[in-house]
Amino acid sequence: MFDQLDQIFVTLKHLVMGFVPAAWQPLVSALIAIVLILVVFPTLFALVTVIERKGLGRMQNRYGPNRVGIPFTKIRLCGFGQFIPDGIKSLTKEDIVPRAADKVVHFLAPVVMMVPVMLAYAVLPFGKNMSITDYDAGLLFFFAVGGAVELSVFMAGWSSRNKYSLLGAMRAIAQMVSYEIPLILSAVTVVMVVGSLNLNAIIAHQNHYTFGIAHWHVFTPWGLVGFILFFIASLAESNRTPFDLPEAESEIIAGYFTEYSGFKFALFFLGEYLGMFAIIGLGITLFLGGWTSPVSFLTWIPSYVWFFTKLMAIVFVFIWIRATLPRLRMDQLMNFTWKFMLPLALINILVAGIWHYMAADWQRWLVCSAIIFGAYAILGRGLMQNQNFGKRIYRYAE
Amino acid sequence: MSPFFIITGIVTLLGAAFAMSLRNLVHCVLAMAVAFSGIAALYLQLDAQFVGFAEILVYVGAIAILIVFAILLTRSGKAPEKSVLTSGAWTSVILIPVFFGVLAWAILHSSAVPKDLPPAPVATVKNVGDALMTKFVLPLEIIGLVLTAAMIGAVIIALKEDSQKPKSEDGGQQ
Amino acid sequence: MTPLQACLLISALLFAIGFAGAVTRRHAILVLIGIELMLNAANLNLIAFWRFGPHPEALTGFIFVLFSMAMAGAEAAVGLALIIAIYRHKKTSNLDEVKELKG
Repeated sequence: MFDQLDQIFVTLKHLVMGFVPAAWQPLVSALIAIVLILVVFPTLFALVTVIERKGLGRMQNRYGPNRVGIPFTKIRLCGFGQFIPDGIKSLTKEDIVPRAADKVVHFLAPVVMMVPVMLAYAVLPFGKNMSITDYDAGLLFFFAVGGAVELSVFMAGWSSRNKYSLLGAMRAIAQMVSYEIPLILSAVTVVMVVGSLNLNAIIAHQNHYTFGIAHWHVFTPWGLVGFILFFIASLAESNRTPFDLPEAESEIIAGYFTEYSGFKFALFFLGEYLGMFAIIGLGITLFLGGWTSPVSFLTWIPSYVWFFTKLMAIVFVFIWIRATLPRLRMDQLMNFTWKFMLPLALINILVAGIWHYMAADWQRWLVCSAIIFGAYAILGRGLMQNQNFGKRIYRYAE
Repeated sequence: MSPFFIITGIVTLLGAAFAMSLRNLVHCVLAMAVAFSGIAALYLQLDAQFVGFAEILVYVGAIAILIVFAILLTRSGKAPEKSVLTSGAWTSVILIPVFFGVLAWAILHSSAVPKDLPPAPVATVKNVGDALMTKFVLPLEIIGLVLTAAMIGAVIIALKEDSQKPKSEDGGQQ
Repeated sequence: MTPLQACLLISALLFAIGFAGAVTRRHAILVLIGIELMLNAANLNLIAFWRFGPHPEALTGFIFVLFSMAMAGAEAAVGLALIIAIYRHKKTSNLDEVKELKG
């Protein structure tokens, strides 16, 4: 019974495809997949904006939005209907384009951001047999479309003819390009151990259970370090705190989308959150087992429930980090990635290789953990050398 | 040839033509990015999936951004007032269609073109990896060396010189 | 026209456009864009011959294109560093004005 529940969406899709003549089947199949993605993920985005505001509020010792229910009715949802008025406000606001702006590029920038972000969902496996395309090089496809988002950031910043926008765009591109490297290198360790770029094969590699606990990559030393590096790099790729210098309100108004209002701003906002979900989805697939369950006695829960549970758990951790950590300055950002994360990612690749070739007992745990801990200690000490944290010195204006 | 192939080809060529003829440099770079995406789509239609994705990753994701940064650092974002063509432009305008004509004639009348279509090759990532590690391992290592040298060289060339060297006055009097 | 000839024609036209731009335009960065288009045309040529030629399972054309892309990336990086250095020195990126060897 639970197997049928697990595959219910696949069965429904096959049922619908049975009614369609054979020549139209690829087109209808693609259309169904596109419509499903366009319905599920923006709804998730709307919910996550409300959860984020309420969550941030509670962590800052205040209530978030707690009154709006469904508009025009008397149903109270404790604030979870906030996204409906927000959406209506964004859609009906006046669309202001600066007079000196480059109109074509200004118009195309949100489009160029949305298209690669939506494309990235095509390779993620949301459940068992539930990925839209099964490319042999699926992981490479994901990183390729992730790189195309940077071009849209530049288009947005440059076409606004605004110094703050341009500065925010250059900072955002520098940050995204720099953090792409630890992101890709930490994914390379997974590829090296699994031996394939296919995301379904990566999940199948993690779908075994010893003593009831799954063989997720995060339960190995190199996987844990890889997951932490991937997590930090995905925070930076989504421009979330503590890496949101390019778009923070107290820094640069809104960075590269300062001059956007109304629907285009809503598209940028949507694109950013959808990008966040996509990259968290990839992290879940690579390190947390995708749609598999962590313990063998819970495999009866449907696979898509596991995927979305893990997604929401990591989104909650993202919100938690946003409420807790202060923002990094640009040079601190750059130092962190080039001098700490990149060497650690390279050493992680070495450790993954050692793990693969040593025999499967306690010695390889010891050796790999010792190498990683030593590398972390040395790199951390190297980064902290120039910081002289002593007693606070006050300098007053004369 | 499927209509999709024709449309992709036209988009690529239009992107390339706009990339070389627009006045504003940033528009040129964006048209170039469109041309690169068109070429990646062509690779995907030729069953070269890995190369297609690598093209988007390398060209659109890295080289286009690099060129954009160079435009911003050399302050070339404004449209130029004078002519954008070199002094020898008109000879090239005459010679290049002749050049393309010769190439097209050679392609259309060549006997090296096979008449039948071979079956689609299977270029899985595993085969590419095996080939890279067995038959092509020497170029792989050399390209690692070349990329390291290029990276170090580019950083050194573009590095700002901090030291204030005194300008030599007798260099101009010889 | 076989698909191979269509691919080769597109590649030849792309090469001609890139060549025209690289030789005609004055700005150094546009010359670099032309060079990148020419390299892409050559890569397209290689992939077309890999796909439609004999022995595609040997993956020779495929691997050649991968290395060609890596080289193009390296060359673009060095070329742009040179353009930035020349701009810093001569305050212009107009190729007609950078014709003296005297620094």
